[in-house]
Amino acid sequence: MHTFESKNKSRELKEKAIKIALITASTISILTTFGILFSILFEALAFFELRSFWYFLTGTEWSPGIVGSKFGAVPIFAGTIMITFIAMAVAIPIGLGSAIYMSEYASHTTRDYLKPILEILAGIPTVVYGFFAAITVAPFIVKAAAWFGLEASFNSALASGIVMGIMIIPVISSLSDDVIRAVPDSQRKASLGLGMTQGETIRNIVLPSALPGIISATLLGFSKAIGETMIVVMAAGLRPNLSINPLEDMTTVTVRIVDALVGDQAFNSPGTLSAFALGLALFIITLCLNIVSLMLIRKFKEKYKVNTL
Amino acid sequence: MNKKDRNNNNPFYDPSLNARHRSSKRFKTFTLSSLIFSIAFLAFFLFDIISKGSPAFEQAYINIPVTYNEKTIKNTRTAIDKKYRKIISRAWLRGLPKLAEANPEFMGKTIDTWVLADDQVDQYLKGHYHKLKRKDRALIDNMKTHGKVELKFNEIFFLNGDSKIPEFAGLNSAIVGSIFTLLITMAFAFPIGVMTAIYLEEFAEDNKFTQIIEVNINNLAAIPSILFGLLGLAIFINLFGLPRSSPLVGGLTLALMTLPIIIVSSRAALRSVPDSIRQAAYGLGLTKIEVTRDHVLPLAFPGILTGSIIGLAQAMGETAPLIIIGMIAFIPDAPGSIMEAATVMPAQLFTWAGMPERMYIEKTAAGIMVLLTILISLNAIAIYLRKKFEVKW
Amino acid sequence: MVEGKIRMSKDNKVKVKVEKLNLWYGENHALHGISTDIYENKITALIGPSGCGKSTFLRCLNRMNDLISSVKIEGEIIIDRKNIYDKDVDEVSVRKRVGMVFQQPNPFPKSIYDNVAYAPIKHGIVSKGKECDELVETSLRKSGLWNEVKDKLNQPGTSLSGGQQQRLCIARTIAIKPEVILMDEPTSALDPISTEKIEALMLELKKDYTIIVVTHNMQQAARVADYTAFFHLGKLVEYDETETIFVNPSNKKTEDYITGRFG
Repeated sequence: MHTFESKNKSRELKEKAIKIALITASTISILTTFGILFSILFEALAFFELRSFWYFLTGTEWSPGIVGSKFGAVPIFAGTIMITFIAMAVAIPIGLGSAIYMSEYASHTTRDYLKPILEILAGIPTVVYGFFAAITVAPFIVKAAAWFGLEASFNSALASGIVMGIMIIPVISSLSDDVIRAVPDSQRKASLGLGMTQGETIRNIVLPSALPGIISATLLGFSKAIGETMIVVMAAGLRPNLSINPLEDMTTVTVRIVDALVGDQAFNSPGTLSAFALGLALFIITLCLNIVSLMLIRKFKEKYKVNTL
Repeated sequence: MNKKDRNNNNPFYDPSLNARHRSSKRFKTFTLSSLIFSIAFLAFFLFDIISKGSPAFEQAYINIPVTYNEKTIKNTRTAIDKKYRKIISRAWLRGLPKLAEANPEFMGKTIDTWVLADDQVDQYLKGHYHKLKRKDRALIDNMKTHGKVELKFNEIFFLNGDSKIPEFAGLNSAIVGSIFTLLITMAFAFPIGVMTAIYLEEFAEDNKFTQIIEVNINNLAAIPSILFGLLGLAIFINLFGLPRSSPLVGGLTLALMTLPIIIVSSRAALRSVPDSIRQAAYGLGLTKIEVTRDHVLPLAFPGILTGSIIGLAQAMGETAPLIIIGMIAFIPDAPGSIMEAATVMPAQLFTWAGMPERMYIEKTAAGIMVLLTILISLNAIAIYLRKKFEVKW
Repeated sequence: MVEGKIRMSKDNKVKVKVEKLNLWYGENHALHGISTDIYENKITALIGPSGCGKSTFLRCLNRMNDLISSVKIEGEIIIDRKNIYDKDVDEVSVRKRVGMVFQQPNPFPKSIYDNVAYAPIKHGIVSKGKECDELVETSLRKSGLWNEVKDKLNQPGTSLSGGQQQRLCIARTIAIKPEVILMDEPTSALDPISTEKIEALMLELKKDYTIIVVTHNMQQAARVADYTAFFHLGKLVEYDETETIFVNPSNKKTEDYITGRFG
């Protein structure tokens, strides 16, 4: 009986140790989120001690030169919004259209072949998209604009926006495809049984039911576009430019973050710290988008009791 | 019923439906076009990259007499005839002393050697934009007809590290840098990710702590990659004092980014192991840890492995966070350890894409082809493993 | 292969005439040479054990089987002297005249009002506004649901109970003014009280519509149907007035099924 008991004790200790190790590993994800939040917040606050927070949010001049530097982020936010909107204007119709075709019209075999091909678009590294945007798309846009008698910059918002949109297509199409397929078939049968065409059924019954999921996918797409770095670093401009002309060059939050951190300035200068202020703005916006997106998907899952999403 | 809609012969002919059918058809056409556009883009994109990149796998060499003696080794410019100076690579000349040292029998002789050509010659031969003067062009054309100018397989691309001299630039230092960095990435992300997954699936109770972890993982997956770079800069480099631009810092930063993928796929793999296996093991008197380690984990392993390979592939293509922690410095030599400054493949491509010389464009495109090939292979392996070990319970 | 005895009753008009209907799901020959007449303004029940093809046959009558790509159909189904499977027939227009109610109530996630109004507006039967309001009220009255929902027409259709949802589905079907209503086990998912309400509804509706109902509940067939067709292994074994089928069947298999020897 004596040996039986002591065997249990060392076993118990070992088990406890392993369990602690597992819990410790699990807390790393929490630490990471807080690590990101605090490191950005800390340095951003250091920036706001040097420069006005209000001007950052509302000022229209961003000139980080050593003398008399001003950090009004409005043109940068505007550039980000412009390029993001161009990207979504490409990604939403094409992504949603592709998803609808694959889930409602395509045969099984077609779908089995095409879905992985769309996934390839998602696997292409963004630096590759950036190269394509800078070397192939941007010059083409300059030429095309000239053909219409317009002048386009080699760093036009249009070039990076279009390529970014293509990169985001799989985000929209993959999630939309899943939610569309989750709409119960009985709904379609009911509509068709009433003498509706397939197109009418999709537009009036299926898509409205799938809408929360589609919106969720769109928000995720927005989030990805706003946070995208390589495409804009390589193809968009460096110059803060408050303009509504997509043929002009403009810059984004991520481009300026990179630019601020790969210079030779001292780490604690306002120029370098501005990267963290911009990073904070980026973090907050994408966090909000992601949270709303997750809430919508959860609502959709509850409604249709799906587990595949 | 609408008697007026009836065609005399066909009571099921309804012209009011025509417009609706047309509208539905247009809708279908629109959706099909979207799909075709996506696929067409992919095809065009691949075609563009391949056509820009495949010339880079060959490089121009010129066969000229090279003199090896004391004088020429000291002043390498004198080793060749003056008329060739503009068309051969000065980087090659710099390597002359080493070449002489490795081949002592060359000393005192003048030997016909295949010498690496200047990048302008290479671009001229490939029909791209070049800056060769007419005199040099004539010389090249003449030598070509005598078989003294050739495009050979570009082993420099794979054997050399980065260089400011275009014809001498290769992917080697970036490949080694990627390997070191990704080893660190997986060394951290794999154990931590799998352990987190095991905890969440097998041990965790449904309490606040568990919920917080799950919310965090969902969040991490959606945070823009550049912010991980800011984390790396502020904490790994500034706070911990780790060397900037090293595979260690790069690997740690990427590990944090890769955690969500590994956790999610490992959880799915663990979840797919039927409960009956666990129940049977408990029934034999095993503890939870023994059940998990000896019975559940081996069965879930293929799925965990697949997910990790996919995570690895994603990490391999990441650039933005590594730029922030400094991995875009000029790195001519492969790193010797995980603490030395290094670069990774995507960052190298980024740097090359910004270089002025035209040859870098084809090198970048060729590098893209190499990177995409590796990524496609990894994904194919992952899919193959998943299919092979797919057990139908 | 035994074909059913078709009793041509001189008083009854034939609404749907089925001629040698064969159907394949890929290689599987699911319906074998079905020929029969369905009479106008009568309730015809289709009974038989699971997998006998009665639902498949029902779906042929409004061309819903067209939606399954592996289906091949031979034979004719004639309504109004036209074979609905002819090449120049628009299947959408068939479904305007042959409506369907499904086994699981499936109202749209729209308001009760919109559930009923959706199809008629699209078909141009009524225009939005007063015309439509009247149609919605008439349809809901006819399906016995009006009094229960008249004060909450804007509530989602899915907020109703199972029996109410099914009556809503019936309301939206009759709103497009079909001539034939197909019902695929309409009460099998409902409680006995709702079932009773719907059976009463069917008896009311047959005055204006021709009703064909698939049911696995023989007592239901006995209660509501004027004519009953017994299916077995994809063949129409016997078709006659309900009383004859249940009291004095001509075919042994029919008798075995009725008496519960197999099911």
